[in-house]
Amino acid sequence: MLPVGYYIALSAILFTLGALGVLIRRNSIVIFMSIELMLNAGNLAFVAFARAYQSLSGQIFVFFIMAVAAAEVAVGLALIVAIFQTKRSIDVDQLNTMQG
Amino acid sequence: MNVQDLYAISPLIVLVTWATLLILVDVYIIRDRNGGTPILAALGLLVAMGFAIAQTGQQYTAFNGMAVVDGFAIFLQVLFLGSGLVGIALAYNYLQRMGIERSEYYILLLYSISGMMLMAIAADLIVVFLALELLSIPLYVLAGFGRPKVEPEEAALKYFLLGAFAGGFVVYGIALAFGATATTSLAGIVQAVNAGSANLTLLSIGAALILIGLGFKVAAVPFHMWTPDVYQGAPSAVTAFMSVGAKAGGFAALLRVFVSALPELAADLSPVLWVLAALTMILGNVVAIAQGNIKRLLAYSSIAHAGYILMALVVFGNTQVSSDAVAAALFYLVAYAVTSFGAWAVVIALEKAEQKGLALDDYAGLGRKYPGLAAAMAVFMLSFTGVPPTLGFVGKLYLFRTVLEGGFIWLAVIGVLTSLVSAYYYLRIVVIMYMRDGDPQVHAEPWLRLTAGVTAVATVVLSLYAGPLFAWASQAVLKLF
Repeated sequence: MLPVGYYIALSAILFTLGALGVLIRRNSIVIFMSIELMLNAGNLAFVAFARAYQSLSGQIFVFFIMAVAAAEVAVGLALIVAIFQTKRSIDVDQLNTMQG
Repeated sequence: MNVQDLYAISPLIVLVTWATLLILVDVYIIRDRNGGTPILAALGLLVAMGFAIAQTGQQYTAFNGMAVVDGFAIFLQVLFLGSGLVGIALAYNYLQRMGIERSEYYILLLYSISGMMLMAIAADLIVVFLALELLSIPLYVLAGFGRPKVEPEEAALKYFLLGAFAGGFVVYGIALAFGATATTSLAGIVQAVNAGSANLTLLSIGAALILIGLGFKVAAVPFHMWTPDVYQGAPSAVTAFMSVGAKAGGFAALLRVFVSALPELAADLSPVLWVLAALTMILGNVVAIAQGNIKRLLAYSSIAHAGYILMALVVFGNTQVSSDAVAAALFYLVAYAVTSFGAWAVVIALEKAEQKGLALDDYAGLGRKYPGLAAAMAVFMLSFTGVPPTLGFVGKLYLFRTVLEGGFIWLAVIGVLTSLVSAYYYLRIVVIMYMRDGDPQVHAEPWLRLTAGVTAVATVVLSLYAGPLFAWASQAVLKLF
């Protein structure tokens, strides 16, 4: 079995990729996918640690995160569809109606 | 699970059940849009508040240490339920006037409050995360409640993307904290740290990530970028609720997690919090000066006030001061809630459709034409600034005192100086209201007048009886272990 450090390193890489994706990409859906990547990096870290500690609570947490992520998808995609209907674009750089 | 576990979350059970039944009642029984849904929602909040107050003075943990009932939890639950009542009062006529009257507003409000209440009793990082999402997801929808218009939709999407981004940080932070201590329970983390079995480096990184995530929620600089746009685009009644409820929810989590579980990390994290608090106070107050739109101005003002409350968190590692600091933070949250709701009530009274009536110039002549409303607004602005005799002054006094007791003199100096800066833009509104001529259009419906009047009176009167209120907040400090 691989040592837990490898899994954590992978999850850290995934988390960083997700965070960079949110900051760099301009398409709302891609940003949202990057956020999901961050959540799943958290899931991977949880599962790896839970395995290392032989602890169930870490694995249970993953279920909660997946359920919450599903709820976020429901709301997030609805919002993206709504803004596409109004603006015909989901580019976050064009979300600039309000300025001060 | 036993009866006491259920008793611990009884206010929550009542509220969630009530909200869920209200959806059905609204669809099948009430049917028409201006029916009794707001009244029933308010009734639900009052019943839940009764259950929360009934637990006063008790301290116990429930669900194997996942939830805790203590003074802190009850104090905050009452604050959240109260802000829900004001949120309903502010929205009742406003939604009609803006043509967005949908009874889902009240139901989503109840769900969001249930998330905040869960946050108040959370004693495990799993519960903290669930509560954070439960309070946020309904708020994303509420922020876009003015659709199909472009501003609310933009506000909702921005709030959602940055809120979910922050959620990602919280999840990964919790994962690292779990890796460092092999537990997610706050009590367990303290035990692991005291027993020396915790990996403190990993725990510090995890705590920093949690801090970033919650920093987004409370709008601390440099995680504040979403605040002005979201506050401006969301319907004002939602903004008012968001500026009080979501902020207090975020601070509930910060105080609970950092003060009760992570005091050992103070050497690493206090300087970070120091910088965050100082930046938040400076940037919030300085940028607010340049704003010409009242909603953006209040958004930056809310950022600045988050900075003041963060000052209380800076001393979290000093166990002699930290309980005073928590009490000061709770007191300031109440002071901010009362003042902020009042100010938003006045903003809502002047707002017109299509984002009109929100420029500072629209307040010209208010003093002559509507003296009562203008006087109330002046009181709120003085309270935001921190001029006696108002709640804002007393709140800042307690905050600065704990910061000085904790030995952070320069932070208190920055706090006082930025308060002086804030006087410029708060008092400018008062000057515009009284010194300039204009013809303001006001829709002061009874509920708005009541809210503005009651909060204005409370801002002044409660400041004269601040001692008992602070004593109540002092009893509300965290008694987790």
